[in-house]
Amino acid sequence: MAKIIVDGVEVDVPPEYTLLQAAEAAGAEIPRFCFHERLSIAGNCRMCLVEVKGAPKPVASCAWGVRDCRPGPNGEPPEVSTKSPTVKKAREGVMEFLLINHPLDCPICDQGGQCDLQDQAMAYGVDTSRYHENKRAVTDKYLGPLVRTSMNRCIHCTRCVRFTTEVAGVEDMGALWRGEDMEITSYLEKALGSELQANVADLCPVGALTHKPEAFHYRPWELTKTDSVDIMDAVGSSIRVDSRGREVMRILPRVNEDVNEEWITDKARQIVDGLRLQRLDRPFVRENGRLRPATWQEAFATVANRVKGTDPKRIGAIVGDLAAVEEMYALKLLMQSLGVANIDARQDGTVLSPAHGRGSYLFNSTIAGIEEADAILIVGSNPRIEGSLVNVRIRKRWRQIALPIAMIGENADLTYPVDYLGAGPETLADILAGRHSFAEALKGAEKPLVIVGQGALSRPDGLAILSLAAQLAQSIGAVREGWNGFSVLHTAASRVGALDLGFVPGEGGLTAQQMAQGGVDLLFNLGADEIDVAPGAFVIYQGTHGDRGAHRADVILPGATYTEKSGTFVNTEGRVQIANRAAFAPGEAREDWAILRALSDVLGHRLPFDSLNALRAKLYAEFPHFAAIETITPADAASAVQALAGLGGSPGRDAFVSPIKDFYLTNPIARASGVMAECSALARELRLEAAE
Amino acid sequence: MAVRKLAPENMQPKSFAFSPETEAFADQQIAKYPPGRQASAVIALLFKAQEQAGGWLPQKAIEAVAAKLDMAPIRVMEIATFYTMFNLEPVGKYFIQFCGTTPCQLRGAGDIKKVLEKRIGDQNHVTADGTFSWLEVECLGACCNAPMVQINDDYYEDLTPENFDKLLDDLAAGRPVKKGSQIGRSTSEPFEAVNTLQDPSLYDGSVIGAWRKRFEETAKPAETAEPAAAAASVPQEVKAAKPTAGRPIESDVADTPAKRAKEGETPVNPADRAGAADQTKNTVVDQRKESGDKPAPQSSKSYVATPSKPEEGKVTPEAPTTPVAGTRPAQAETRRDGSESKPAVVVDKDNKTS
Repeated sequence: MAKIIVDGVEVDVPPEYTLLQAAEAAGAEIPRFCFHERLSIAGNCRMCLVEVKGAPKPVASCAWGVRDCRPGPNGEPPEVSTKSPTVKKAREGVMEFLLINHPLDCPICDQGGQCDLQDQAMAYGVDTSRYHENKRAVTDKYLGPLVRTSMNRCIHCTRCVRFTTEVAGVEDMGALWRGEDMEITSYLEKALGSELQANVADLCPVGALTHKPEAFHYRPWELTKTDSVDIMDAVGSSIRVDSRGREVMRILPRVNEDVNEEWITDKARQIVDGLRLQRLDRPFVRENGRLRPATWQEAFATVANRVKGTDPKRIGAIVGDLAAVEEMYALKLLMQSLGVANIDARQDGTVLSPAHGRGSYLFNSTIAGIEEADAILIVGSNPRIEGSLVNVRIRKRWRQIALPIAMIGENADLTYPVDYLGAGPETLADILAGRHSFAEALKGAEKPLVIVGQGALSRPDGLAILSLAAQLAQSIGAVREGWNGFSVLHTAASRVGALDLGFVPGEGGLTAQQMAQGGVDLLFNLGADEIDVAPGAFVIYQGTHGDRGAHRADVILPGATYTEKSGTFVNTEGRVQIANRAAFAPGEAREDWAILRALSDVLGHRLPFDSLNALRAKLYAEFPHFAAIETITPADAASAVQALAGLGGSPGRDAFVSPIKDFYLTNPIARASGVMAECSALARELRLEAAE
Repeated sequence: MAVRKLAPENMQPKSFAFSPETEAFADQQIAKYPPGRQASAVIALLFKAQEQAGGWLPQKAIEAVAAKLDMAPIRVMEIATFYTMFNLEPVGKYFIQFCGTTPCQLRGAGDIKKVLEKRIGDQNHVTADGTFSWLEVECLGACCNAPMVQINDDYYEDLTPENFDKLLDDLAAGRPVKKGSQIGRSTSEPFEAVNTLQDPSLYDGSVIGAWRKRFEETAKPAETAEPAAAAASVPQEVKAAKPTAGRPIESDVADTPAKRAKEGETPVNPADRAGAADQTKNTVVDQRKESGDKPAPQSSKSYVATPSKPEEGKVTPEAPTTPVAGTRPAQAETRRDGSESKPAVVVDKDNKTS
């Protein structure tokens, strides 16, 4: 630790701290544009100038280490002043230079009200200009459908260039030309090729890069902010949902060091238009082959009639990828009361099941734990599209130490170098048998990590593969005291919650696939849109969007999306998080648990709760770990992995296939979104181009 | 800096591949750097690619360099656009970089520019036959031979509108041209007869110490005047704080020690030294003691061409050291090349192997 005096306050900080960090530790605020905690230091905006005692000139505090400071003549700690007149004058000078070429278009700028330059100009700006020449003009660049540019406003902090290069791992952006002619652009103005690209607009301290889909739609001060959690993938990124009136206007990332740091994927951010398009806003009943709008009473009556005449063995319930724990619990109770054992929340056919223990289906190492791993094997997963922020962590770890990373499955660009070992289960068996060179790397590692994706598990021989992976994890010492390197990466936000609830077929029950293929006469479909239900069954679809499930439905009960209800979601690590209501569901749509409660009444099996709180109280009593919000209740992973390893079985020879064909269109909300459709088309073009 | 841009699509070649020579050069450059640091060779490769592509960098060449060095194209593009030595648009067969910085400007670069504008047109513009294009650049470092231009890899100096016009004619016609100075001087030596530093006494050692001797001689009266100055330090009369109105004080503006010495007075005005006797006001000045000894030479090796060694009785140098008027320095017998001071170094006087 090194002592340093900042504005007369002596603090003890690690010597590798920069002056900016030391100043923050001492409680002094330093303005900055180019500096960002999660990016490399550029030191080019000069806004963070401070005065160091003994230095002839003000120094850029973001790029000056505490250990680089000279002590005083008698060994006193170095002294830094962040509020002296010199500092203020220096920063005012910097600000004046920045404003020389910055247009005065704040009134029409989307960044207005959330602009670093605006804010800091309030503190360091002068109210007049001494500059009489023309401002420089820069042509706007095309960066794709998500980022709108207005390059006159750019102050060349290069945060966007550093983000795309360092965090997103695609070297798309750069600074061309030089001096006054410097311009930020992508190579030949191609669209950015990252699934995290919209974060550059968040990073932009001025209005040069803004979010294209939201352009001119709102002012930040008009919005109501609601903390929530993203359900586009199973990572469960922390988000903030900003709404105006009934309408969600935008989604922003929230800092959560354990999960998403401060990034979110483009899908998490830009499905906002999908929340209002294609919505089911009233119940429908199919009559003579056509769906017609109906009242809730009619819809419930139709359902009740059907249920009465059906044998419970021929009734089933499937839950989709976006359901919250509350409605799954309500549905499970309802099905139990009807005597139905055919319940399943695994529409993709994954073999994960609570039968093998909670540790058998969690991302046991935790996402933050990836930063401790020193060898990673990815089995049947493309983390870049299945859990982009997990991939960001792996990349972050790879940037810290160039650890060996290998992958079995579909070969893909993961933004870091990966040993591609093979495509199918036999490669995994080879590694387990030590016939593969990568086995040495795993064995030699202190904290090896095996990530198993749904590509390896959503198949008939999935259990054997899971067992193989568990055996491998055991043999390389990935599961031991203090480290659990057996991690399952989920793709559905509802999945871990459903498995925790035990939303899997009961004694003699059918799986989702069996139900869909004609195993039941009456199917209750809670938002499962990625499964084809064979003709014949009477389908009650409770969901939010007019997607595949609604097309097949005989009765539609309109529900609420995750921004319109308070719902519990459990991410792939087993972290329980709550999504809060930011807006109201459209039309007659209701919160899903309430629909099920009302339906249960009509069916004559009234559920024992009248409010969300009562539901949660009952839920928490039965499953206490759901009450521990924001935390992971540790699972007994060692015994779960032991149990899995003991299953054995002989896997087939088919190559692993990623369950996600199109990153941008994985769920009904995303498929309703025009922005996602545009991104998807563009990504397809990029893929075709790359294939050429 | 001129506004630069990538060449338009229709000018860009459809493909670009390294020639075997460029490829060999690239491998040689990459080998200079540790493994994994191959990107360090980017400037060398871009330059070679530019040479291969005819003096400019097509987009495909940038991509070829990126592929060769395993870099993202944007990273190579950043470099190609940063350095103005990389031309991003086609240039003429003779690409003229015209120096427009101050020394050349003072020596008539404006007239040279007029020639360029008349014969070629605007800068960044290739003549219809593809022979010439030109660009105004910053100082190329040949100021003593200003004005000058660089055509492809060579400098052409001492230009006048006439000889530059002829130079361009010769180039266009494919006639051989003279590189370097166009008025016949060698490198940056004086362009006419040598007329400075010709006094033989400069070279025979007789002037060594002469300045100091002269200074000591002139300073002597000052030393002798010191007691007088001390006496003069006592205020003789009370001065008025202000000059009396209407009666300008007559003061000799050029009251310099030199003038006073010439007039036979003490060089330093005693009045100026009035405060010298006051010990409280005195600044302590290190009174330099003049001793007869010469400062010890720092090294026994002399870097003077023909060292004068009075102690060995060699007052005059063995060889003539003064240039003979009219001979160009390059031809002069007295030309030095450094071998005198470093006998172990063999110097190639004609500088052929470089």
